[in-house]
Amino acid sequence: MTDPDVNKMTAPTNQIDPSEVDLLPPVKTFPVERVLRVAIPIIMLGLLVLLWAWYVDAYDVPHYILPSPMRVATAMVTDWPILSAALVITLEITLTALGIALVGGLGLAILMSQSRWIELALYPYAVILQVTPIVAIAPLILIYAPTTYSALLICAWLVAFFPILSNTTQGLKSTDHNLLNLFELYGASRWQTLYYLKLPNALPYFLAGLRIAGGLALIAAVVAEFAAGSAGAQSGLAFRLLESQFRLNIPRLFAALILLSATGVVIFSITSLVSHLFLRKWHESALKREN
Amino acid sequence: MTNGTATADTSPSVADAASKPLVSLKGISKTFSNGTVALQNMTLDIQQGQFISLLGPSGCGKSTALRIIAGLGDPTSGNIEWPTSGYDATGKAMPEISFVFQEPTLMPWATVFGNVWLPLRLKGISKKDARERVEEALDMVGLHNFANAYPRELSGGMKMRVSIARALVTRPKLLLMDEPFAALDEITRHKLNDDLLRLWETFGWTVLFVTHSVYESVYLSNRIVVMAARPGRVVNDMAVPAPYPRDDTFRTSSVYNDFCRDASSALHAAMGANDHL
Ligand SMILES: Nc1ncnc2c1ncn2[C@@H]1O[C@H](COP(=O)(O)OP(=O)(O)OP(=O)(O)O)[C@@H](O)[C@H]1O
Ligand SMILES: [Mg+2]
Repeated sequence: MTDPDVNKMTAPTNQIDPSEVDLLPPVKTFPVERVLRVAIPIIMLGLLVLLWAWYVDAYDVPHYILPSPMRVATAMVTDWPILSAALVITLEITLTALGIALVGGLGLAILMSQSRWIELALYPYAVILQVTPIVAIAPLILIYAPTTYSALLICAWLVAFFPILSNTTQGLKSTDHNLLNLFELYGASRWQTLYYLKLPNALPYFLAGLRIAGGLALIAAVVAEFAAGSAGAQSGLAFRLLESQFRLNIPRLFAALILLSATGVVIFSITSLVSHLFLRKWHESALKREN
Repeated sequence: MTNGTATADTSPSVADAASKPLVSLKGISKTFSNGTVALQNMTLDIQQGQFISLLGPSGCGKSTALRIIAGLGDPTSGNIEWPTSGYDATGKAMPEISFVFQEPTLMPWATVFGNVWLPLRLKGISKKDARERVEEALDMVGLHNFANAYPRELSGGMKMRVSIARALVTRPKLLLMDEPFAALDEITRHKLNDDLLRLWETFGWTVLFVTHSVYESVYLSNRIVVMAARPGRVVNDMAVPAPYPRDDTFRTSSVYNDFCRDASSALHAAMGANDHL
């Protein structure tokens, strides 16, 4: 600021307007607001459980219709060996499918952005696979796939793949034309344009796709397992759910259901967190509005 | 209404101006696929060290001309020569050009430093090696304290200055500017005008500056090229032989007023050529 040479050269612009400086330090969230952000959802959940317990007790609801929270908790503990094994299977399928969808969707989107012809050739297949309901193709996949496990994996992957592909494609395409011109002007190679311009530009779109895909992968893993309906050591939570229903073991059904919801919530939170970490510095979606 | 090349004695690089032009446009025409004739037979020699303003009504092809000079999009006919520039392996001219667009055109995910570093980065210069030049460019536009800010944290004028710093960091021979200050308030615009003139005088670049403003063109340039629309063409080429450095005293002088009147009537004549404007 006080370097004399600098002052000489840029005298008129050198004094920084105080209003411009004010923009810089981000306003910290007030602590009370932070605590409430966590506390309110937890209190709401607690109230729901209390209401549930009270209702079951007050109206004497039989436990094979609606078990009390206590019974469900007990089932969770006593059946934990069975449930946790199923949870691991479901998690494995969901996360593996999501991982492959992530790599495949991103890779295919990049490939399609490189040439209109490749895009024209491949896009119809992606769309057909997406719009065909998963339950309808699951039986076929079950026949073709070597194991039930791999069939479930394929189903979950098919569903998770498309949001990532279509979102990333959209993001790669919506690059600012002036910035593309700028890159051309400075003689950027195709690879440089992709790496320094198109991919960062597609990042918010890709992350939105990832968040959708995370939820869909879990849903597809469950739906496909319903369709498969097979037993064995490789059964996931969905099978345990069906099984509990047949045996009228409603507390265990609820426990499995709660585990499924919790899994969904955790996947959503992780993908949202990842998205926030990547975008918090610059993207409108992750920034607090300060006017 | 003298020949533009005669104005070279008012520019800082008198010696260069006598030699070959930096770039010469020979009969450039551009017709878009929808049939619009954006440029018709445009011929223009740009001497080294000149500060040329392209003045003309909206839609007369100023941006198109600038983009063709920059090599973004080919002309339908005619050719561009770079008598003093090197050529690459394929025989394409490699002039050292920088372009300042009408919008700041910054990458929102990169800091001010990252945005200014970009042209060097694309040439394979590492962050460490580029640091000195990037900081020098930021100093020139008075933004050395904002190297780590993101574009969204800057005001409109500051963004434009980042964009100018990015254009300066490659030390171009020819600086193309497409209405860079059009969206700014008058005070900021005057300030940036002064900065630009000072930098031009210091480094002896050649500048081609597109503007709608008669006043801006007279204040900045030593040559004004007036264009008319439909079809886009050059209708007037006038010199502004006022000495540099120019400052607020020039802005209020009677000489300045006279030049403004001349440029204004030239512009009106150009617009009169299209009755519907
Ligand atoms: N991509 C395009 N396709 C078709 N016509 C175009 C295209 N770009 C520009 N034009 C037409 O070419 C003409 C010149 O456009 P250009 O952008 O060069 O004008 P300009 O002089 O820069 O105007 P302004 O001062 O408003 O920026 C206009 O009539 C415009 O409609
Ligand atoms: Mg324009």
